[in-house]
Amino acid sequence: MAHTVTVYSTPSCPYCIRAKQFLTDNKIEFTNYDVSADQAKADEMVEKSGQMGVPVLDIDGRIIVGFDKEKIKTSLGIA
Amino acid sequence: MYDLIIIGAGPAGITAAVYAARKKMQFLVLTQDIGGQAAWSADVENYTGYQLITGADLARRFEEHMRQYAIAVHEQEPVESVVAEGYRIVVRTARAAYETRTVIIASGKRSRELGVPGEKEFRNRGLTYCATCDGPLFAKKDVAVIGGGNSALDAALQLVRFCSRVYVINDAPRLGGDEIAQDKLLEAKNAQVFNNARVTGIEGDKFVKAVTMRQEGARRRLDVQGVFVEIGLLPNSGFAKEVGKNESGEIIVDCSNTTSVPGVFAAGDVTTVPEKQIIIAAGEGAKACLTAFRYLNQHRF
Repeated sequence: MAHTVTVYSTPSCPYCIRAKQFLTDNKIEFTNYDVSADQAKADEMVEKSGQMGVPVLDIDGRIIVGFDKEKIKTSLGIA
Repeated sequence: MYDLIIIGAGPAGITAAVYAARKKMQFLVLTQDIGGQAAWSADVENYTGYQLITGADLARRFEEHMRQYAIAVHEQEPVESVVAEGYRIVVRTARAAYETRTVIIASGKRSRELGVPGEKEFRNRGLTYCATCDGPLFAKKDVAVIGGGNSALDAALQLVRFCSRVYVINDAPRLGGDEIAQDKLLEAKNAQVFNNARVTGIEGDKFVKAVTMRQEGARRRLDVQGVFVEIGLLPNSGFAKEVGKNESGEIIVDCSNTTSVPGVFAAGDVTTVPEKQIIIAAGEGAKACLTAFRYLNQHRF
């Protein structure tokens, strides 16, 4: 099943890099927004997650704050 | 029964794991995350072989190197206790209890907290411990950096590039850290340093709006949208109740990484090793693993 995955990240944050790498390794397509360059998306991220820490993942509408591998796996239904 | 359990997967833990794999030891790595503090460093310019590499890239290479071997790594599984019962050591996490002959504690350090009202409430709501990660979200905003050492200077120098104003709140009479970094900060037109100033609270509604402080008896309130806490580090050694530690909580080790408990070794920033550097932590991890290997051979369990 195809998932809709959005990542809000900054280029410098190690957990953002790891989160994106994890999705790539698992062949999950995602849209990445660099919230350090895109103020509208930064606002959207804060609005969705109620906080300002990166990364934020939106997986089919489920919001995950931080690189929480277990939650990401559960949301994507991967082992 | 494992030969070895490595606690932590920063430079020390990962290097110990590579050595353990090459010695064909039966072992397991238990860790919260991979890369440790190294992953949070901005630019690393003193790791031999790399003139310049970001901390995130170096951590990724460490992990790739470790993954060359079939190593069991349990991520997001922090250790809760290490108890030695004769020649059997029991390592407990929230998920399981593991029995092993030896342990290498390489659990590193974490950011020290301010301990003022508002700190917990506004964490990730304007208050952060990682300028490298969250800094760019505060572009064109006013922010405060708490601290006066190298990590505070490093954070402030990153932030002056894109924030409107950067206040540095330092509780000492003058800045510490490297002179070059101090000079750069004092040259920055949008930076202001408050010495002898102690933060008393973080205020806001949904997000941070101000930081309050006391400077030489006077109370002050600065309007800021971001607060970066950079007041040093604490060792992650609380789970190791039996091992000898110094007054800062660092695990006391000798030059072979031996602790006060037989079979328990320690490496890297969690220990009393005199310098906290990525390359030193990596070397200490290698040394701890070789000491553990020799200990196993000597005891013929």
